[in-house]
Amino acid sequence: MLEVRNITKTIDTFALKNISFEVTQGEYFVLLGKSGVGKTILLEIISGLLEPDNGRIILDGHDVTREKIQKRHIGIVYQDKALFPHLSVQENLSYPLRCRRVSRKEIDARIEQLAEDIGFMPLLKRKPETLSSGEAQRVALARTLATEPKCLLLDEPISSLDIQAKSEIRALLRRINRSGQTMIHVTHDYEEAISLATRIAVMEDGKISQVGSPYEVFQHPKSEFVAKFIGIKNIFKGELRNSGNELAEFVTEGKRFFILSDKESGTGSMVLRGEDITISNTNLQTSARNTFKGIITDIEMDRLSSEVTVDIGIEMSALITRDSLEKLGLCLGKEVWINFKATSPRYIEE
Amino acid sequence: MQLNNKNHILELKKPDIRELFFMAMGGLVLLFIIAPLAGMFINSSLGGLLDAAKDDVVQKSIWLTLWVSMAGTLILAFFAIPFSYLLARKNFPLKRLITGIVDLPIVIPHTAAGIAILGVISRNSVIGKLAKEIDFSFVGNPAGIMVAMAFVSLPFLINGAREGFASVPERLEKAALTLGATPIRVFFTISLPLAWRSVLSGLIMMWARGLSEFGAVIVIAYHPMVTPVLIFERFSSFGLKYARPVAALFIIVCLVIFIILRLLAENKNARS
Repeated sequence: MLEVRNITKTIDTFALKNISFEVTQGEYFVLLGKSGVGKTILLEIISGLLEPDNGRIILDGHDVTREKIQKRHIGIVYQDKALFPHLSVQENLSYPLRCRRVSRKEIDARIEQLAEDIGFMPLLKRKPETLSSGEAQRVALARTLATEPKCLLLDEPISSLDIQAKSEIRALLRRINRSGQTMIHVTHDYEEAISLATRIAVMEDGKISQVGSPYEVFQHPKSEFVAKFIGIKNIFKGELRNSGNELAEFVTEGKRFFILSDKESGTGSMVLRGEDITISNTNLQTSARNTFKGIITDIEMDRLSSEVTVDIGIEMSALITRDSLEKLGLCLGKEVWINFKATSPRYIEE
Repeated sequence: MQLNNKNHILELKKPDIRELFFMAMGGLVLLFIIAPLAGMFINSSLGGLLDAAKDDVVQKSIWLTLWVSMAGTLILAFFAIPFSYLLARKNFPLKRLITGIVDLPIVIPHTAAGIAILGVISRNSVIGKLAKEIDFSFVGNPAGIMVAMAFVSLPFLINGAREGFASVPERLEKAALTLGATPIRVFFTISLPLAWRSVLSGLIMMWARGLSEFGAVIVIAYHPMVTPVLIFERFSSFGLKYARPVAALFIIVCLVIFIILRLLAENKNARS
């Protein structure tokens, strides 16, 4: 649907190098990378605000690289929302429609529909400066959706929001995506990526180093950078059962883990850092609530640490020192116990 | 830590004397501005002011001054405002030189500016000859006065508007473009409204500066007489006593208009 081909762009000392990827219709594509790797520049190239030095942008089979911005049908929502401060919420929303010479009557109808869908009916007469950051982001989203973009670009849409607004906007973004909207979302937050993405592209140093489903990217990082940047290899999709009274449980592929979470029951992901898993040769009595027996299926050595993969029915990776590896006499095929506290894993709701 | 606090308090206390001293100097500066003006009003009787206000010559001259400066401001605004936008937004070769050129009318002596303008619009110049073809002359004509006024006051508009445009976040313009607006529409619906306060202030400044121009105007046109020239003429022909009421009246008229304009501008901005 949207194809980015060999995009190159140099601005001062910064450069995007030969960026290529493809986004299919209805996909939620997340560009994950540290701040300053050129994610915003890439979005501005796709939307037409910047011209690439080289490469092509292809939308629905048409080369739009040199197409005028207003003819591209690509919408962009910025982190700072970029609402027009001199216009009311209603006027902000009608702005893209008036550019398209939509009739007054139809504009009113469309705005009403959007306000209802996105949920900000009472705000219409207000000025942007009086809105909370979450409200402002809703309005910014609605304003861009009013253009009925073929592809919606989101530049860190959640980062600057408070916690409450974060989960609301996340849910809203997911809802918009499920209605069939193709989306490209850039973020530095891996939780956002896990929570929303159907596919993730990892950006480092002006290049894309890996593209794949969240699970591919997190469990099998292709470069050291990805592994270090994300730092999480244990990531499981499953179901949270939280009665609210006792410790919540996370169930995946028949395994049950104890997990401390105040999130409501539902589907989501459990992520666990390798550093938080301990390995022992016997079943020790510890305060850790999660203890499993398994078999070592892989050992990957680094200069100081080693990553030990243990199959407990599902594969879990523990990061331990070389020293421990030798003292415990760990080797492939050995039967060991793994432990981790219920406070170690994080649950990320979907 | 406590020592630091003590120092801090000392530092806070010391400037009191300094500030008193500075305030005293500020008072002198204010007096320097106010005293001559106040003196002029004290020395001109109400009767004299009324006589000046009833004087047909004075009335005509004030009207002429007001409208010619206004016309010059509006005509030049059409060209200068888009140019200010360019100066605020784009980087191009020789930009520093160009901004320097814009400021030239402020730094050159205004009689010299008048001579320079005269060279361009006099009957012997190319433009003057073209004008003569349609039986028109800039010299001694409100059009010539307008050119002189606009020349010396234009930097106030360009600089004001440029600052206004520079303060509009570029991201808002980008957002508008992606929402389907053409660049020209972005300018009129986003950039100009958001910079309007500064643009308006620049317009008012340009007009005000044009009104008060004497040096450049007198070179181009002694007649019809704008008020600054009239004041000078009354002074040189009849003396201080005759010039004073006209000067006072002109100041009153200008002040009233500017105060009203400022208030209108503030109100408009307060509402939006």
